[in-house]
Amino acid sequence: MAAKKTNARIAPFEAVGIIAAQSIGEPGTQMTMRTFHYAGVAEHVPTDLPRLIEIVDAKKTPKKPITDIHLRSDYRTEEKAKKVASEIESVLVSDIATITEDLERKKFIINYDEKFGKEMGVSFAKLCEEIEKVSLFGVEVKGDDKKIVIAPRSKKDKEVTLRQLRKMSTTVKSLLIKGVDGIRRAVVVKGEAGFFIRAAGCNIVGLMGHPAVDRKKIYTNDIKRMESVFGIEAARNAIYTEIKQVLDMQKLFVDVRHIMLVADALSSDGAVNSVGRHGLSGHKAGVFGRAAFEETVKHIVNASLEADEDKLAGVTENIIVGQTVPVGTGKIKLLVELGKKK
Amino acid sequence: MTGEKMAKLPRKASIYVNGRYVGDFDRAADLVKRLREKRRMNELNYQTNIYHNKRTAEVFINTDSGRVRKPYIVVENGKPRLTSEILEKAKSGMLTWQHLVKMGVIEYLDAEEEENSYIALKPELIDEKHTHMELDASTIFGITASVLPYVEHNSSPRITMACAMAKQSLGVYASNYICRYDTKAYVMYYPQQPIVQTDSYRVINMKDASAGQNFVVALTSYKGYNMADAIIINRSAIDRGLGRVMMLKTYETEERQYPGGQKDKVEIPNPNVVGYRGEEAYAKLGEDGVVLPETDVSERDVLVGKTSPPRFLEEISVFGAVEEKKRESSLALKSGESGKVDSVMVTEGPSGNRIVKVRVRSVKIPELGDKFASRHGQKGVVGLVVPQEDMPFTKDGVVPDLIINPHAIPSRMTVGHLLEMLGGKAGSMNGKLMDGTAFSGNSEEDYKKILSNSGFNEYGEETLYDGISGQPIKSKLFIGVIYYQRLHHLVSNKMHMRSRGPVQLLTHQPTEGRAREGGLRFGEMERDCLIGYGASMLIKDRLLDESDKTVQLVCTECGSLATHNFVKDKDVCAVCGNESVEAVEMSYAFKLLLDEIKSLYVFPRIVVKDKA
Repeated sequence: MAAKKTNARIAPFEAVGIIAAQSIGEPGTQMTMRTFHYAGVAEHVPTDLPRLIEIVDAKKTPKKPITDIHLRSDYRTEEKAKKVASEIESVLVSDIATITEDLERKKFIINYDEKFGKEMGVSFAKLCEEIEKVSLFGVEVKGDDKKIVIAPRSKKDKEVTLRQLRKMSTTVKSLLIKGVDGIRRAVVVKGEAGFFIRAAGCNIVGLMGHPAVDRKKIYTNDIKRMESVFGIEAARNAIYTEIKQVLDMQKLFVDVRHIMLVADALSSDGAVNSVGRHGLSGHKAGVFGRAAFEETVKHIVNASLEADEDKLAGVTENIIVGQTVPVGTGKIKLLVELGKKK
Repeated sequence: MTGEKMAKLPRKASIYVNGRYVGDFDRAADLVKRLREKRRMNELNYQTNIYHNKRTAEVFINTDSGRVRKPYIVVENGKPRLTSEILEKAKSGMLTWQHLVKMGVIEYLDAEEEENSYIALKPELIDEKHTHMELDASTIFGITASVLPYVEHNSSPRITMACAMAKQSLGVYASNYICRYDTKAYVMYYPQQPIVQTDSYRVINMKDASAGQNFVVALTSYKGYNMADAIIINRSAIDRGLGRVMMLKTYETEERQYPGGQKDKVEIPNPNVVGYRGEEAYAKLGEDGVVLPETDVSERDVLVGKTSPPRFLEEISVFGAVEEKKRESSLALKSGESGKVDSVMVTEGPSGNRIVKVRVRSVKIPELGDKFASRHGQKGVVGLVVPQEDMPFTKDGVVPDLIINPHAIPSRMTVGHLLEMLGGKAGSMNGKLMDGTAFSGNSEEDYKKILSNSGFNEYGEETLYDGISGQPIKSKLFIGVIYYQRLHHLVSNKMHMRSRGPVQLLTHQPTEGRAREGGLRFGEMERDCLIGYGASMLIKDRLLDESDKTVQLVCTECGSLATHNFVKDKDVCAVCGNESVEAVEMSYAFKLLLDEIKSLYVFPRIVVKDKA
């Protein structure tokens, strides 16, 4: 067992980076060639090359953000989880009501839709209450028709411009009435440890406020959010999990250590970096190493301004200059003490 | 709404003549019908075509040039207008084609009018709805496809490939090739017409420009040397001239005139001209500086000796006019080529300059790696050349010229290939050409009859005997005669290698491409692999030692590149005057990079230290 362990160890000066890059890159080319799509899956997360690019480019927000919300142990039944889900799910005015603007008479009308309202668990009274909170002008409730009319009343209000009115109506439209902001379409999913909630959108801090939510176990595919809430280690794990998920979905088998290396490289300086000009390649130590990638002149000119020195420590730098590269056999040197004979 | 319903609406159709709108008409169908009748009665020119688009209610009448048209037999009420009566008259010569066209028996349709027609393939298939009939079923193919035998028995991708490859075949490209000076041309030594031909092959007189030979082909394996579309070829057959072609290549040079009255001169250059190639290079030239016909020439031999005036005007010395330093600008054979001078021509160009053309002929004997193909998209590359005595033979002593692998057949579904082999064999036995025209050629039964009458197995199978042991091969093998083409992908024109050779002026790196005797690129991805292996020394070897390695002098003081002063025999830094200079090994490309950085007004310094 010990021998096996020693054998599995990576040899000194092994070029792990290149090997990881090749190991992920090769199946990556396969992916572009046979992009198979899963048709009609409800929770559609991109699991193909675009998603992989999204991760390594460290995009601020993923195209389809998704949050897994794990619950405290006493909420893990389907029933309770469903209740929590409905509490979490954000409900906007536009979800339960239609808004018609009457610009001629400087007012707009909010028509409460009972069917949707009941489904979302928002009563007409609650809607009125919330709208009254934000409204700048008078609110007139027509209880029979389940209608709310908002129009300037007082003399001062009458000077309201149409533009202000428009603005008001859009704020009302996207007004949060219930739930956690940013969390849409919360679905209850059965997991290994009971039921949990999977939701589109992402708002970790908001979710933490809910008593049923296990604060330590919120997971989202939005890596930047993971970083800002849980820290860089969590972000690293998120990068790892996300890349792994993409590769697994495509039925490509890549050794986990390659992915871990990429995740480490992307998060090694305490913040999530991208590969490329603004990330890994752009922050290399050597001037030539950066110049070799992109924006050659910019790097050389900047180096001259700062009297920068290239220590020729990297692989690219040494190839440019024409020396042995400091990996593998190139790192091994013979030390001979001159002048001492024994 | 369907097209028919719309057509029934009382809608006026727009009429266009040669693409120009001329007006509307409410009885478009009648108009079209009458116009066509008039054309058939020769009251309208036969080149007129009328197209009625019922869906958009438009009628296009075209009389202009540039339309591809094709003749058809007119069919009316389920009967072709070409009756047996008319046919007899035509046969006897009383009626010509033009007569038939004027009589409205035959009519030309263009691509648009064809959309309004319903064309039958054969007389038996005609029903009430038909408007036309093909002259012959095989005319549905284009020229390239219609000369292929048994196309209707092959899968369409293979037909496409066969058409493409027929254009690459070597044969007699023009019967006056002897008088022509094409830049590059191939002529086959013993071209043959195929035994299995088609009607169109005969019509276009393809046999006068044939490009192939009838090979005896066996369908079997031979020690695995015909795996994956390789073919095995009989060396003795090659020696007898099978597939032999000559390559004619014309080299050309011009005595150019330069501003200032100077001129090139065709002559044997003097040893003192700039770039003199040495005496032996000019050995084959005649007194006038041009090679003599029928001399053997090999690579880098001079074909036409030529000198040019100097590129820049020389300084005028104190003693008046200096002797002009002329430049060598001879025409020489390219590297890797050889042959005999076929002919030499001296003419005058359009600007009155003397032009010398030298045609060099070289024999291209089939060899390992040359490409051959049948007319069924079955291509292959020679994988082994076997002497006749080692090849399998039949009881009659027939030895195949070619052995192709049976695996080439089933997945590609080129049944035509097998039929042609059978037909070729039958044709060879009764001494007649066979017909492989699509839809109407000789049938398998015809061939079976001929073969069994000649004492052969009717399926074309024969017992073959192993050429090495003389033992009969257990299973019967399919063997026949089929037309094969040699394609102009010859290894001798593609083979390339280099150990040392020319380098580029700018980067000192090896040149690229066969024509420049270039190296094979060790690219970025290859480099990445070596890094992955940690093979540092190998990378340095590929990227430096075997490429653009140079040793540059570097000033230890200021870090700029220093020079060697030959007068004082000292290394000096030209920037700071320092004499402590170290020799540093680097790539020339890096030296170039430093130069380019300097051009940015950025001063790169190299810090020299002893290796720790």
